[in-house]
Amino acid sequence: MQEKCVTLTIDGQTVTVPEGTSVLDAARKINIQIPTLCYLKGVNAIGACRMCLVDVGARSLMASCVLPAAQGMTVKTNTPEVREARRINLQLILSNHERTCLTCVRSRNCELQALAKDLGVEEIVYEGYSVHRDIDDSSPSIIRDPNKCVLCRRCIAACQNIQQVSVIGATNRGFDTIVESPFSMPLGDAPCINCGQCIQACPVGALREKDDTDKVWEALADPELTVVVQTAPSIRVALGEEFGMPIGTRVTGKMVAALRRLGFDRVFDTDFAADLTILEEGTELIERMKSGGKLPIITSCSPGWVKFCEHFYPDFLENLSTCKSPQQMMGAVIKHYWAHKNGVDPKKVCVVSVMPCTAKKFECGRDELAAGGVADVDIAITTRELAAMIKEAGIGFTALADEPFDDVLGDSTGAGVIFGATGGVTEAALRTVYEILTGKTLENVEFTAVRGLSGVKEATVRIGDEDVSVAVAHGTGNARKVLDAIRRGEKSYHMVEIMACPGGCVTGGGQPIVPASVRETLDPRALRARAIYDEDESMARRKSHENPSVKKLYEEFLGQPGGHRSHELLHTHYQKRPQYIKDAE
Amino acid sequence: MGKKLDPKLFEALEQVIVRYKDHKGPLMPVMQAAQDLFGYLPIEVQDYIARGLDIPLVKVYGVATFYSQFKLEPNGENTISVCLGTACYVRGAQKVLDRLKEELGIEEGKTTPDGLFTLSGTRCLGCCGLAPVIMINDDVYGRLKPDDIPGILDKYRRARSA
Repeated sequence: MQEKCVTLTIDGQTVTVPEGTSVLDAARKINIQIPTLCYLKGVNAIGACRMCLVDVGARSLMASCVLPAAQGMTVKTNTPEVREARRINLQLILSNHERTCLTCVRSRNCELQALAKDLGVEEIVYEGYSVHRDIDDSSPSIIRDPNKCVLCRRCIAACQNIQQVSVIGATNRGFDTIVESPFSMPLGDAPCINCGQCIQACPVGALREKDDTDKVWEALADPELTVVVQTAPSIRVALGEEFGMPIGTRVTGKMVAALRRLGFDRVFDTDFAADLTILEEGTELIERMKSGGKLPIITSCSPGWVKFCEHFYPDFLENLSTCKSPQQMMGAVIKHYWAHKNGVDPKKVCVVSVMPCTAKKFECGRDELAAGGVADVDIAITTRELAAMIKEAGIGFTALADEPFDDVLGDSTGAGVIFGATGGVTEAALRTVYEILTGKTLENVEFTAVRGLSGVKEATVRIGDEDVSVAVAHGTGNARKVLDAIRRGEKSYHMVEIMACPGGCVTGGGQPIVPASVRETLDPRALRARAIYDEDESMARRKSHENPSVKKLYEEFLGQPGGHRSHELLHTHYQKRPQYIKDAE
Repeated sequence: MGKKLDPKLFEALEQVIVRYKDHKGPLMPVMQAAQDLFGYLPIEVQDYIARGLDIPLVKVYGVATFYSQFKLEPNGENTISVCLGTACYVRGAQKVLDRLKEELGIEEGKTTPDGLFTLSGTRCLGCCGLAPVIMINDDVYGRLKPDDIPGILDKYRRARSA
């Protein structure tokens, strides 16, 4: 069936678009950039901020982000009246915004700042009524600064519509309106999963990660400590953006070089632990399939998802793999294997992890993730925080020569790296489980059915005599769909992969923030995933069980996957957590 | 919070939710009924409504804080309504209100920690000839001066201790 189209005129240019397209998108199609603030493609379109006003010959100017293009419509986007209206609206927004741009984490990456410049705001005309509010720093992951909030509601849309966690909303009225949790509950007490998608949505500095770079600097300056860093798969495909490189540039070697320049004693790859996860989790899946254990097994790599499960789907806690996440496995292996092997006191080892994730900050503080009373990971920082450290240290990132990871715990396979994209853990698990169960070599390692950006992906793979069925969900809103279908008995799977963030870790809450105007035409989820799969293709080994250092780890230290020592160091448990009221059903 | 709420009231609320659940826009009527039942909308009641209607708690709370008709705290034993209509206002209602805030140590819309008084501003009470006027429960006090306030409040304090 052919799509119904409409033709309209925008600033004298004729454009034809499918029916239902907004005037904003129609204009973008002919390279007319209407300014926006509250609009975020695929997330929020509510016409609240009035930045995108256009003249369509109606009684008043219209918000183009929510105005469907109509046949024969004549749109003017650049008249004196339109420019003046937009500028006044922006000045009103600025009138009670806390304008501490010099010291703001979002300086130079702030959409409000960019708008003020683009729209020619040269002075603060109005001094608006404002109430100073306390900064909410109760969460280990996310800081909320209501004084910088412009009430665009993009974070609310991300939290309620996309993630369906719904811990923040707009409350009160008029000048008292604020984005907060119910009953003004601190975010740290609310059932927030720390995914940080609100930060990714925020156009200004009202939401940001808790900055732990001072702790890292302090550790690096301590001569007593051996400071070891690990980097998650997704960092290498995003870090370059902070230094002006295009989205999806692979900077693995430069990243390692920069970490050495910062003074880390060893630079290890979390991909190693991803390979280790596959052996442990693959073994766990096979055990459960053979012994009639709890199925589907659900992945436990994503700490946002794990906390989501604990708050909202506690009936699935037994389905969760008992495997620690790669971050935590890596920390445990560094402190209990690498340290001993290298004659270093584990208590004098500081493990720093660089993660695409704000929830990792919460995860590394979990009491149960401290094997033998020693925290697996001491400090978790985001990609953005690492970039800030590199800048502060004056390291010319783009000109760095590539360097390799350090030996042993720097070894990895293509299976480890694809953990960064949605579907990656499933694909990596299938590569290994197939060979373990059949004893045959898997020729085509690419399971494309689990790749891509569909919210829920399903596949059935013939392994030996068994049809293994898998489902992959990314974004907790999509996770709800899969879990609800399993609850209702409509679906059953052997394995379910859930990543808290839409797109998986490549677009985690700790990744470089891509402005709304760029997201209009480029999808960072797809571009960074492409880089992840390119990295996989470039690797000599693409199956986790072929990682020579992982094999050695089992031979020298752990014994068998799923064995006693693995259970002590690499596995964990979960707890039911309340939502807003303890003991509520 | 922390105060025990009558389970019978939740049963009644359940009936209301069942009645409105499949209607369009069920939230407002359910919240109004809940407030009639409980007198206010504590977190336990809002959470119950959110679960019953399968909507996020923060949406219920957003509505509860948007409309002034909804209350998050129970009323005290005595509700003081200060008329802020035009006639009362020009004859010094603000000074009366300020004195009440001072004597009670609370802001407008709040309840004293001992639960004895709730202070609220109200629109014209319809007895402008008595301006400025306040009502405490069903008693009307007119032609007030701020200095009359302590004596009036004492009456209710004595009534409680008696």
